[in-house]
This record gives sequence, C-alpha cells and structure tokens, in this order.
Amino acid sequence: MRLDIILRVIAKLLIPFALVFGLYVQFHGDYGPGGGFQAGVIVAAAVIFYALIYGLPAARRVVPDAVVEFLLAFGVLLYSGVGIASILLGGNFLDYFVLGADPVSGQHRGIFWVEAGVLITVAAVMLKIFYVFAARKRDAGEAGQ
Amino acid sequence: MTLASHFSYWVTVLLLMVGLFIVIARDNLIKKLIGLGIFQTAVYLLYIAPGKLIGGVAPIIGGQFAVYSNPLPHVLILTAIVVGVATLALGLALVVRIKEAYGSIDEDEILAMDARDDTSPVADRDGS
Amino acid sequence: MLTQHFPALLVVVPLVAAPIIVLARHALASWLIALLATAASFGIAAVLLDQTLADGVISYAMGSWEIPLGIEYRIDAAGAFVALIVAGMGLIAMPYSRVGIAAEVRSEEHYLYYALMMLCLAGLLGILVTGDAFNLFVFLEVSSLATYVLIAMGRDRRALVAAYQYLLMGTIGATLYVLGVGLLYLETGTLNLADMAARLVSVGDSRGVLAALAFITVGISLKIALFPLHLWLPNAYAYAPSPVSAFLAATATKVSIYVLMRYFFTIFGPTEVFDARATGAILLGLSLAAMFVPAIVAIFQHDMKRLLAYSSVSQIGYITLGISMDSVEGLMASAMHLFNHALTKGGLFLVLGGVVLRCRGAGFDRLAGLGHTMPMASFAMVVGGLSLIGVPGSAGFISKWYLVSAAMHEGQWWLVGAVLASSLLAVIYVWRFVEVAYFRAPPADHPAPGEAPLSMFLPALAMIVACVYFGIDATWSSDVAMRVAEVLMSSRSIVQ
Repeated sequence: MRLDIILRVIAKLLIPFALVFGLYVQFHGDYGPGGGFQAGVIVAAAVIFYALIYGLPAARRVVPDAVVEFLLAFGVLLYSGVGIASILLGGNFLDYFVLGADPVSGQHRGIFWVEAGVLITVAAVMLKIFYVFAARKRDAGEAGQ
Repeated sequence: MTLASHFSYWVTVLLLMVGLFIVIARDNLIKKLIGLGIFQTAVYLLYIAPGKLIGGVAPIIGGQFAVYSNPLPHVLILTAIVVGVATLALGLALVVRIKEAYGSIDEDEILAMDARDDTSPVADRDGS
Repeated sequence: MLTQHFPALLVVVPLVAAPIIVLARHALASWLIALLATAASFGIAAVLLDQTLADGVISYAMGSWEIPLGIEYRIDAAGAFVALIVAGMGLIAMPYSRVGIAAEVRSEEHYLYYALMMLCLAGLLGILVTGDAFNLFVFLEVSSLATYVLIAMGRDRRALVAAYQYLLMGTIGATLYVLGVGLLYLETGTLNLADMAARLVSVGDSRGVLAALAFITVGISLKIALFPLHLWLPNAYAYAPSPVSAFLAATATKVSIYVLMRYFFTIFGPTEVFDARATGAILLGLSLAAMFVPAIVAIFQHDMKRLLAYSSVSQIGYITLGISMDSVEGLMASAMHLFNHALTKGGLFLVLGGVVLRCRGAGFDRLAGLGHTMPMASFAMVVGGLSLIGVPGSAGFISKWYLVSAAMHEGQWWLVGAVLASSLLAVIYVWRFVEVAYFRAPPADHPAPGEAPLSMFLPALAMIVACVYFGIDATWSSDVAMRVAEVLMSSRSIVQ
C-alpha cells in the first residue's frame, strides 16, 4: 500500500471525522438514535480503516494489544461500577435516580457513564476481534521462528 | 388479505427455513455459520416488524400524537444482534482453529479424520 | 442493608470478577479472585435459599424501575435451590482448577480460563434469578458463549469440533427460545414472566401460544440435551478440560431443566393450551427414550469420559420423567434427582479428571488396571457409579426411590419397571469400568501413575462423600425439593 498516495491521504482526512462522528453518535444517544453500541463500532471502524491502509503493525503501534485488552475489561467495570455506585448511594443496582441531585440529572449522569462503558468495551472488543483474526498468521509465524 | 397482511411472517418463516436448511445440509463450516446467521436474522424480523405501526410515531407523551410505534423490540433486537455478532465471531474463530488443526473446513473430512483418531487414543492438537 | 441487594449481587459478583481477572492477567491472582467471587456467590445463594424458604418470593427491581415495565429479578425456592447447586459446584471446581487445568490449558491462557468460568457462572446464576424472558435469553447466551470457549480450550483437537457443534446446536436452541418468547410477547405485550403468566390465562387457546410453547420446549430441550437433541453433549463433555466437564455436567443442563420447569409450570401451566395438548405425554415418551437409548449407547463406549457423558443424557431422562408426571410428587423427584445427579456426575467427572491427568487419557486401554495403580480414585469412581445405578445408601437411590413412589402414586406401575430396567443398563455400563479397572492388567507402557494430586482429589472426594451422605440422610435435600415442587405446582394450579 506504500504507493497508494490517494488512499493514504483520504484516510488521513477521513479518520478524524469518523472518530468525531463516533463521539457525536455517542453523546447524541441522550436525545435521539445513537448510543454506545453504535459509537463503539464506528470508533473501532476508524482504527480498523487505519490498519487497512497503513498496515496492521502501524495500527498496533497506535492502539497496542495491551491497551485494547485493558479497555475491554475496563468498560465492563465502568458499567458495573455505576451499578455498584447506585447501591452505595442507597438505590437498587443500576438505579440512576439516586446518582444526581434530582431524578433527571441522575438519569443523565447514570446513562452517560454506562454508555461510556459500553462505548469503550464495544470498541475494544471489535478491535480485539479484528486484531486476533488479522494477526493470526503473522503471530503464528513469529512464534514458529 | 391475510397473505399480504402477514407478509412479514411469511418472510420470517421462509428465512428461518432457509437458514436452518443451510445449517443442516452444507458441509462447509463457514457456510453453516452463514446459515446460522440467516436463521438468527429471521427472528430479528419477527420482533421488529410488528413494532412498527404505519403512521405511528416515537412514544413521546404529547397531545398531538395518537398512534405510537413500539420501540422496545428494537432495543431487544439490538441486544440480540450483539449476541449474534459474538456468536459469529466465536464460530469463525473456531473454524480458523479447526482449519489449522485439521487442514480442512469440510465437516465430512473432519469427521473422517476424527474416526481415524478414535482408534489412536492420544491425538494432541499439535500432532505430538 | 446489603442483603436486600442479594438477588442482583448473586450475578454481579462473578460478572465483575471476570473483567478484574482480565486486568490482573496473573494466573495465581486470577485464581484467587475467581475463588473469592465463587465463594461469595455461594454464600449469597445460601442466604437467598434460606430467605426464600422462609418468605417465599423475593423480587428486586433492577434500576428501581416499576416492575412490569423494568427488568425484575425474581427468585423463589426453586431458583435459589438450583443457584445453590450451581454456585456450590463452582466452589468445588475452583480449587480443583488450579492443578486441574495446568496440564490441559496453556499457561498464558489460565487467566482467560478463570474469566470465562466467572462469565459462565454469572450467566447460569442470571438465568436462575431473572424474572424477564428476554433477559433470560441474554444470560443463556452469556453462559453458552463462555461454555463454547471453555470446551474449545481442551487439549485434543476434537475439542474444537465439539465446541463448534455445540455452538451450532446451542445457538439454534437459544434462537428457537427467542422465537417463542417473541410470539409470547406478541400475544401478551409483556416480557416479565410473572406478568406474562397472568396475561396468558386470558389469551385462551391461541395458536400463537401453542407455537410459542413448541418453540420454547424444543429450544430449551436442545440446551438440556433431552434425548433426540443430545448430539452435542457427549463430545463436548469428553474433550473439554476436566474441571469444565465436571462443572458443566453438574450445572449447565440442570439450569436449562429449571428453565423448562419454570415455563411449563409457571408460564404455560395455567393456560388452556398446556392442558389441551399432550405436552406431558410427549415429554414422557422422550424421557423414556432418554432413559434407555443413551444408556445402551453408553455401554458400548471405549472412553470413560464419553461413557459418563452418555450416562448424563440417560439420567436427564429421569429428571424429565418426573416433570412429565405433572404432580407434586413427580416434580419433587425431579428436583431431588437434579441435586443428586449434579453431586454424582460432578463428583465422577472430578475423580476422572485426576485419573486423566495421571494416565494421559480416559480410554479404557489407558484405564486398565486402575484398581491397582490408583486404588483410591478407582474406589471413588465405583462409589459414584453405584450412585448412578441407584444402589441403596447412595444419593441416586433416594431420587430414584422418590421417582418410583411418584409413579406408584400416579398408578403408573409400568413406569416402576421402566426405571428398574434402565437402572439395570446403568449396572452394565458401571460394570464396564469395574471390569477394566480391577480385572485387567495395566498396559505395559504404563508408568505407575500414583494417586491424583491432593488439590484435585480432595474436591472430588468431597463430592463423592456428599453423594453417600445425601444417600443416607436425605432430610435436608428432600425437604427443600418438596418446597421446590410445591412452589412450582402452586403456580400451575392457578386457573383464572
């Protein structure tokens, strides 16, 4: 792909927009269609796009495997952390009403952090799946040498 | 017109049968997973189609709206899609490993190799 | 008070443990976390069983949403009883796993093994505690996906094919279940199980409900491995790592049986559809077939793990036989056998795991002369085998006794004969092991293996001893099983 200058330039232009669009979908989830699942996939797609154009090793330098594995566990912890926080604040598990001063702000705060957890986990899982499949032969070759 | 009004159900049933047939009749492990995907997708349709009412709007309480579409099936199916993706990813990962271990993704060939393995008790994955 | 959150915490504790284990990565640390989380789940399940036996149903509103609208966690004596079995088996399997997986799973994958065990546990417990039909599907898939990976971790390459086949069958089963739930949702407009049951009564004899009953029965039967739908089970149990075989044999099918009981008696029980169609008769026929055909297949196996797996399919027949009787006595026998068979088969697979470790295989040629080379393990296997047969003084006897007396209570004398005949088949397949272990010379290349390591043998021994204990003093288990049966039947009899 070294000589495909058009692809490389277009990718450089598009990837920031894809990431911002991912964030838009994430935060728009409060008011319209959107949310962590979709946003996570878009964010992961941006990184996968990068990997397709610049090669897997380049993508793995930007988002290393260890980071991906950390994030996919961290997102789940963030999600369940909200649930446990609401138990500590005197509500039921995942009770957003107790998270803020009034129920509406509590709902906002709760869903914000839960969706953040979903975004992180979904993006990380999608990347992990891509990395594992794409690097299968490469890693096996390295291990064999 | 019951045939037309039940259109989505006919499609659902058709897709279910097609998907299940592929799972049963194909030997290629990847094709089986594709059939499984179709089978699952048919069920998504069963949920989604009745949720939409023609002329219905999002269920926001307000005087000017009278007919609401049901958003719940969409949320359920979003979850089911995620489950389906996870299943497919895991299935494909297994097929990759099977291909590495057996050198084939054809079920008949693999079962034939297994039948040979059964006569020699210890058959490690890396052939040792 | 923390106890009021126990229905949620039962699932949350193992679910949170899984990502923590992935973050920890270290094999010993992840084992400790898994052990702690399983112990916590077991404690919570014990408290919940105690509470449900005293107060009846415990209901918990997830996120404090009003109950028929939000997801409800709802646990009664039946759910808590099975939860105790599942968490208890997890607690036995955890100390066992430390050494048990060392030979079968690559060391850099150990933390993943524990994380997956936690997810599997969370999924199984979630099925038992949730009061929402769709949430149940999600937990079913959480546990199933974890299970597929756990099976694929087996050393033999056939584990991969077994996991793949289970993935196909399991996904078809779960999808059929969702299909049934979708039809029920279309009929009633609710996904809350209690609410659904109340609304179904007024729906009447509808074709949609009938289709839902059929789909859910077939879907869950696939997960149970009820006789003609059992094809995934033998290979999955045979090639999975030993602790996984033991854990699954004692829990996964049992949880699915609970789901079937729940749907038959709580959801469809009060409807006309259930009474009008011959659901019980169909289940009776399948149960009888399950009691005989896989037992005969088990006799002709050449591998102890596969033999035990086919025996599992056969024993499931006894449990569903009790369900098909549609009486408190029958259900009580089912609940008893669910518990006793979990003890017996879990114990047998645990003992066998130690043997496999030492003999490098579970084929009969590897096990020959086991009675001399590993006398303790071999004796434990025989005791477990006696419980499979149902010899007096073993747990298996108690549940078969209740099953037989339930049949007599119904006036179905021929069922008594069927249970006895099927037990004779069990005698034959257990004898196969005795013959191999005690009357054959050890293979020539066999290095004197010695007993299994203590960390593996002690949990296995604990299960086998429990097997004998509950065969001699069955007061606790029969009391709880009676309550379970009463709870399930009470929802069955509510008509209008």
